[in-house]
Amino acid sequence: MSEASIPTTIGRSSPETTAAALATAPGFRARHLPTIVLAIVLALLPLVLPNAYYYDVVIRILANAVLAIALNLLIGYCGQISLGHAGFFGLGAYGSAILTTHYDWTAPSALLVSAVVVGLLAWLVARVILRLKGHYLAMATLGLGIIVTIVLTNEASLTGGPDGMSVGDMRIFGLRLYGEKVWYPVFAGLVVVAVVLAGNLVESPAGRALRALHGSEVAARVVGIDTASFKTRVFVLSAVVAAIMGSLTAHYLGFITPQVASFHKSVELVTMAVVGGMASIWGSVFGAALLSLLPDLLAHFEGFETVIFGVILVATMIFLPRGIVPSLARLLRREGR
Amino acid sequence: MLRVENLTKAFGGVTAVSGVSFEVTKGTIHAVIGPNGAGKTTLFNLITGVYTPSSGSIVFEGSEIGGVAPERLAKRGISRTFQNLQVSMNLSAIDNVMTGAHLGLNSGLLAGMIGLPDLGGRERATRIRAAELMEFVGCGAYVAAEARSMPYGALKRLEIARALMANPRILFLDEPAAGLNHTETHEIEDLIAALGKTGITVVLVEHDMKLVMNVSDRIVVLDYGKKLAEGTPAEIRVDPDVVAAYLGAESEGV
Repeated sequence: MSEASIPTTIGRSSPETTAAALATAPGFRARHLPTIVLAIVLALLPLVLPNAYYYDVVIRILANAVLAIALNLLIGYCGQISLGHAGFFGLGAYGSAILTTHYDWTAPSALLVSAVVVGLLAWLVARVILRLKGHYLAMATLGLGIIVTIVLTNEASLTGGPDGMSVGDMRIFGLRLYGEKVWYPVFAGLVVVAVVLAGNLVESPAGRALRALHGSEVAARVVGIDTASFKTRVFVLSAVVAAIMGSLTAHYLGFITPQVASFHKSVELVTMAVVGGMASIWGSVFGAALLSLLPDLLAHFEGFETVIFGVILVATMIFLPRGIVPSLARLLRREGR
Repeated sequence: MLRVENLTKAFGGVTAVSGVSFEVTKGTIHAVIGPNGAGKTTLFNLITGVYTPSSGSIVFEGSEIGGVAPERLAKRGISRTFQNLQVSMNLSAIDNVMTGAHLGLNSGLLAGMIGLPDLGGRERATRIRAAELMEFVGCGAYVAAEARSMPYGALKRLEIARALMANPRILFLDEPAAGLNHTETHEIEDLIAALGKTGITVVLVEHDMKLVMNVSDRIVVLDYGKKLAEGTPAEIRVDPDVVAAYLGAESEGV
């Protein structure tokens, strides 16, 4: 439309500058080595998992890891909190359950439709809420999550009410997904995919824009970053991921109750992202593992497990305020110097 | 290039900017000066979309931009820096500068996830350009640094580099020398002069009179939200109103 207003004479290119610039780009090893290690560990894990119970524990961790990664994009990168993510998870789960059980839909189409509907719902909520500053999204999603739980509990003719409902097996491309050992590779694959996609996103211009708007919203807007649009899109993305995981988990568990959408579950997801480390993909994976395992590990404290659980969380936030993984990474870097 | 007419902004009972008019010619360096609280930063925030004017108009290259959001102004080539630093401290220095190129890059979430934006090495080219601009504004030593570990003076320059990264048609500098020592102020003065020589249009708000007198082509003087005078540095220096209201009354920044 018009001539460039800055002559290219501003700033000279020199081999030194170019080299210095390129040295700041994240290297292949730094970016991909941890992912490769994760993939190898997940591939070898079945060799040491003794029985279905342990498979189940790991699958729950993996499902939570995917949820926490997606939620962390919103919390850690957009600085927004959703206290209703279990609501989206629950809508995905019940969407799949109801469409496959009552309406004889195939599992993949039920999953897709549930995800799209949840995406639209999240978009509508975000459109209205994200124009406002502050913690309105947390309040709105808190309310939304509670509404979802109430509806799932009361619409007993469709959902079975508080007693829950059973969900059939998932069939995809002629494969019947049944049992822990079949589901394990599905969830393991999803975690690796989530880590890779989220990693790419964070390093892309979109990810840079997200981090920038978290650092200074007005500065981000001035360089043309549409902050409301970014927050909306990331919120929708994380809600859709929650819905998809809800659908898959429903088929995996075979039986769901409105508890899957509970406020408690929402808080648990936020805690995973925050304790593991905000704006840290590996923090989310670690947080998911920790929060999924802690209740089991603390079980033999009989009655005191909630107290100990609370102490651990509070201590983490006091002593490692940036979250476990980023804080430890920083410590290690300092040691290495 | 930019025409401000009868611009007014009231915050409740306080009229921070009242009926201000002036024009900025393409390729010149324009300064807005005035005592503390004269409405300079408010004027900047109005033009750059941070505030919505109460009345009056701002016309940029033939179209009205009063009340248009900053992210849309960026698309039209308006870029700015901030008096109180607005640097994303959670980013590295070069990442901050690279955000300036946001509009020129593919910033879709899905594209980002599958790694599309780097096709053709555009990220790479942006990174190199960012380092060149950091060098140009004089913070080349911090190319590999984290923003939060940089000294104040370097961060002020970093903001200029980020603004330049957007290839702006007009650049607003909000007190570029605020908080800088003598030597640093001098260097910023040289930098602004160098920007002016490249033909980019610069509008600056500044307290440091020496800097303003040395680099500006034209000066607008504000006092209590109103335009007190306008002219070349030589004219402003001898304007009796300005001398009385500003130079004579206060000795700050000289």
